[in-house]
Amino acid sequence: MAAISREEVAHLARLSRLAVTEEELDTFAGQLDVILQAVAQVGKVAAADIPPTSHSVPLTNVLREDVETPCLTPEEALSGAPDAEQQRFRVPRILNEDLAS
Amino acid sequence: MSDLTTKTAAEIAALVAGGEASAVEVTQAHLDRIAAVDDRVHAFLHVDAEGALAAARAVDERRAAGEALGPLAGVPVAVKDVLTTKGVPTTVGSKILEGWRPPYDATIVERLRAAGTVMLGKTNMDEFAMGSSTEYSAYGPTRNPWDLDRIPGGSGGGSAAALAAYEAPLAIGSDTGGSIRQPGAVTGTVGAKPTYGGTSRYGLVAFSSSLDTPGPCARTVLDAALLHEAIGGHDPRDSTSIPQPVPDVVAAAKLGATGDLTGVRLGIVTEFAGEGAEPGVLAVFREAVDALTKLGAEIVEVSCPHFTYALPAYYLIAPSECSSNLARFDGVRFGLRVGDDGNRSLEEVMSLTREAGFGPEVKRRIMIGTYALSSGYYDAYYGQAQKVRTLISRDFTAAFAQVDALISPTTPFVAFPIGARTSDPYQMYLADLFTIPTNLYGGPGISVPCGLSDGLPVGLQVMAPTMADDRMYRVAAALESAVGTFTPPAL
Repeated sequence: MAAISREEVAHLARLSRLAVTEEELDTFAGQLDVILQAVAQVGKVAAADIPPTSHSVPLTNVLREDVETPCLTPEEALSGAPDAEQQRFRVPRILNEDLAS
Repeated sequence: MSDLTTKTAAEIAALVAGGEASAVEVTQAHLDRIAAVDDRVHAFLHVDAEGALAAARAVDERRAAGEALGPLAGVPVAVKDVLTTKGVPTTVGSKILEGWRPPYDATIVERLRAAGTVMLGKTNMDEFAMGSSTEYSAYGPTRNPWDLDRIPGGSGGGSAAALAAYEAPLAIGSDTGGSIRQPGAVTGTVGAKPTYGGTSRYGLVAFSSSLDTPGPCARTVLDAALLHEAIGGHDPRDSTSIPQPVPDVVAAAKLGATGDLTGVRLGIVTEFAGEGAEPGVLAVFREAVDALTKLGAEIVEVSCPHFTYALPAYYLIAPSECSSNLARFDGVRFGLRVGDDGNRSLEEVMSLTREAGFGPEVKRRIMIGTYALSSGYYDAYYGQAQKVRTLISRDFTAAFAQVDALISPTTPFVAFPIGARTSDPYQMYLADLFTIPTNLYGGPGISVPCGLSDGLPVGLQVMAPTMADDRMYRVAAALESAVGTFTPPAL
């Protein structure tokens, strides 16, 4: 049985903000199915009482002294932006037409 | 090929310090070599000749002024395109960052400059460091100097190929699941993954933040140790950086080079010594084990039963972190923006930008990660993988109670032909079978050339406990003293 359907892959692509083509969906559906069936092997390990590891370095909060240090100028921070306006990143419209009007 | 390009980093530094060669001469010799061979190898995405010569002149001026020079002053270095370089293009092998010139240097790049090394340029890589062959670079594959029809490993194939082709004596890589060690193995060069947190991730474009580890690549173990020492150590700008000094890796490499491993206990990982590796690789590995025994090492077999599950656990954890990290590529703050015609919404522009900017492997991993983190599947996939990660770390801890270091082949197979594994992504993942456990545990690992199988290099991996990076350098240098270094056919 397939681990994932073409429709589920299309849904994942939407969640991932990837405007994939129909042709890509055909290819990805098969490939993701092979990958997911393989990685599902982790389920064979008896690990019910095992704590999860998110990170190999035991971490507590890492804080620094609250001192001023040099930082990027607005021009430097915006230097790689596809579009900028009035020292800000310009973004495409966020609200729908009907909501905005 | 100039004599200067066949020298080790340690030799070059001595020539520059002694006034027998200028840093400018050394740099020009490497730039000439790049011009002569890189159209065939394609190790570099960007060559910064002007910046390199300026840095070299500065070293020569400091020497002329009588200033003391560091142990790598005047030595050229190639930097994987995953680290930000101020004003110098940084693409991470992706179209989504094409043309981006970062406004700041990564900590490692700052330290390379402070050490007086000369950055030649930025090396090719699988897009966002996701891959094992450099074929997933958006800018075309890098070729293995041992056989131009074969892959140089990945993701850091550009850095490894630059070393093997004598385009640079030193290079920087980054290792999330083997991206320094596996390219080292298949190009006959040395690649070391430091302890996680032992080298700064500040300015390293993130793929999987709990695994990403920048580190040194070189043609000799001592050169790798010298580079490790120059770039390693605590960085307050990286909150996962370990606030301890770098283990004395240079002294360990020098000790190892004496060829005496008396009293050192090495464990062969049972799970990696039988199935999973091709016969030619196993045969060379066994000869290397014999060589280590002759050097005085005691060899025992150690079982690490959960290592079998490292690959599936990794291919859940790494994609999960990637799907989160790569959300920052939204077409707003840097890089590509597609479809912004004044009518489309932010979400549409974002989806079109990411569709156009990311290649197929990056898309696959983002979707796998999104799946593994989604509410219905979280426990069975991501949560379970994190528990397996704990068990793998416990296997390492138990093993290091019995032995000083673990050894295995670095990779299951030698360099494969370009195109052989791209149609089946899971076949590509198998290249990292032996390198991944170390990343999940967080300890250091090194690949050192140990022989040839059908004329292609085989690497031996040494894995050591967390913050005991010096141990792996000692063992690797000892093996190198016994088997020598390996030179590819003339290009």
